[in-house]
Amino acid sequence: MEIFSNLAVGFSVLTWFTLSLAVIGCFLGTIIGALPGLGPSNGVAILIPVTFSIGLDATSALVLMTSVYYGAMYGGRISSILLNIPGDEPALMTTLDGYPMAKQGRAGDALVISGVASFVGALLATIGLMLLAPLLARVAYLFGPAEYFALYLLAFSTLGGIASNNQAKAALASCIGLGIAMIGLDNTTGMPRLTFGNLHLMDGVDFLVAIVGLFAVAEVFFFIESHGKGSSIGVKLEKVTVPVKDIVKSGWTMLRASLVGFIAGILPGAGASLGSFLAYMSEKSIAGPKGKFGTGVPRGVAAPEAGNNAAAGGALVPMLTLGVPGSGTTAVLLALLMTLNITPGPTLFTDRPDVVWGLMASLLIANFVLLAMNVPMVKIFVRVLQVPPAVLLPGVCMISFVGIFSLSGSYFDLLLMVGFGVMGYVLRKLDVPTVPIILGILLGNHMEDALRRGMVLSDGDWTYLFSSPISVGLWIAAVAGFVAPMFLRKVLQKPQAITD
Amino acid sequence: MIRSDRIFGLVVILVALGYILSAVQIQTSFLSDPVGSKTFPIMIGAVAALCGLVMVVRPDPEPDWPGLGSLLAIAVSVAVLVVYAYSLKPLGFLIPTAIAAGILAFQIDPKPVRSVFIGIGLSIGLFLLFKYALDLGLVPFPKAWMK
Repeated sequence: MEIFSNLAVGFSVLTWFTLSLAVIGCFLGTIIGALPGLGPSNGVAILIPVTFSIGLDATSALVLMTSVYYGAMYGGRISSILLNIPGDEPALMTTLDGYPMAKQGRAGDALVISGVASFVGALLATIGLMLLAPLLARVAYLFGPAEYFALYLLAFSTLGGIASNNQAKAALASCIGLGIAMIGLDNTTGMPRLTFGNLHLMDGVDFLVAIVGLFAVAEVFFFIESHGKGSSIGVKLEKVTVPVKDIVKSGWTMLRASLVGFIAGILPGAGASLGSFLAYMSEKSIAGPKGKFGTGVPRGVAAPEAGNNAAAGGALVPMLTLGVPGSGTTAVLLALLMTLNITPGPTLFTDRPDVVWGLMASLLIANFVLLAMNVPMVKIFVRVLQVPPAVLLPGVCMISFVGIFSLSGSYFDLLLMVGFGVMGYVLRKLDVPTVPIILGILLGNHMEDALRRGMVLSDGDWTYLFSSPISVGLWIAAVAGFVAPMFLRKVLQKPQAITD
Repeated sequence: MIRSDRIFGLVVILVALGYILSAVQIQTSFLSDPVGSKTFPIMIGAVAALCGLVMVVRPDPEPDWPGLGSLLAIAVSVAVLVVYAYSLKPLGFLIPTAIAAGILAFQIDPKPVRSVFIGIGLSIGLFLLFKYALDLGLVPFPKAWMK
């Protein structure tokens, strides 16, 4: 089996140092996930500049950050269950049965069941990732400029379609990102574009500055607006025991939810929020009215958690093989790869097997570490929830400043970051999603490059963009992904905007 | 009725037109390809303007804007962050961070004494974390004091 020899490569890359980074990452990730106001995308975003400035090598940085990513997906459920506030967006569905369970005095049971469900979802997704990613990477070799251009379009249309209630605003967000990406020197001609004579803009806008501003700094403004209200633990957590019976009973639920979540995660632009939503809804309809979903049943906690963790793993498939992220957080991870000078895509699997398989091996290990942290040691993280927002958010802000400042040492970037923070706040108020902006900044130059290379190949013939069956299929999917939510929206009323 | 979306849509259209105008003026070089440096930015500007137009024609319900007090608190915080950005280098890490973190904490939860402690605590705690655990080259105090 090829997969085992690949994994052997992966495990051989890991050292005690990288393993300890994985443990630290899992710990930090669970905290980030558990704290309301710090989700996986802004948590990973503020840590990237810090990681980069302490000078970790590519594999170590990647191991640390993906452990944080997986950890945050586990941790999100803790505040969903105890506070009725999702620690991060994908954990929203967990509040539906998790908090009622906690009010019945079964907070400990809910935490353990959801912890095990997270483990099942994440483990199955990691295995799925190892099986599927190399296959997809082979398919991706068939992709030329026309296919890539259509694929980028697909990512924008599906991500935008899910991220906002208004397609025009979603499309606008993508345009803002793409427009910002154009600033700086033109790759082909070497001439400055749209810099308005500003020397700082010659290198373009650093995507880390934009990410930290839009995600972390904007979040601070939201907390100032609400004065950090509504975060105190209202339910009691007694001794934590393992409810074996309930876990066995929800076995099939976990497996089905993992599959649904994984598939949702693979779709470009969909991500973990959709995974947990679909997993919960499908289990609810399978159980029927007898299942009593929404009243605090174990299966209602297991389904969304297995779903969102499986989706988190699934979202890594398109990110690694095609360089197109499946969610906001994987977009941030893509930014990390680009900062490390690693270009995701099919060639990554042949050129840097150490990075790819080292990452997968560390994800496997991270899952077991996370199971240990989230079941027996869950009480430690419950204590973390008592950190008041008045301490947490200024801390986040200062870490963002130091991170960006130590990367570039320029005032201009700090001011730009604050500017992005204000912009993120205003845009989110107007229901304009911020994730497509990040995606636009990250992919803008690649998208333009695909278009220009395609036109060089075809000598300026625009029909080239629709010349292969794959590209036509991607165009159709892109149009469908953009149009479908307009009709489905009435059917699938969303509780709130999704930003994971 | 004038709604936020209508105003925002107009702003978007104006900015997009400005963007297209500056894209048209991009200098081209002799090394050119069929698409060139201008086409893609102009396409982006055109789509953005179209989105703005849709917002003007079909605005969403009014968003839930914060009250004057919260708006003022956010404005104060933005000002603090801008000043903080300029003061990090000349004044070192500890003093600006303590002041900025304290003011932010006060904006989130208006308890003066506690905010002072949060500011000082975060400043010292983060300094120790960055300097000794992560080995970043931070300057604690203004350069003039360190001689």
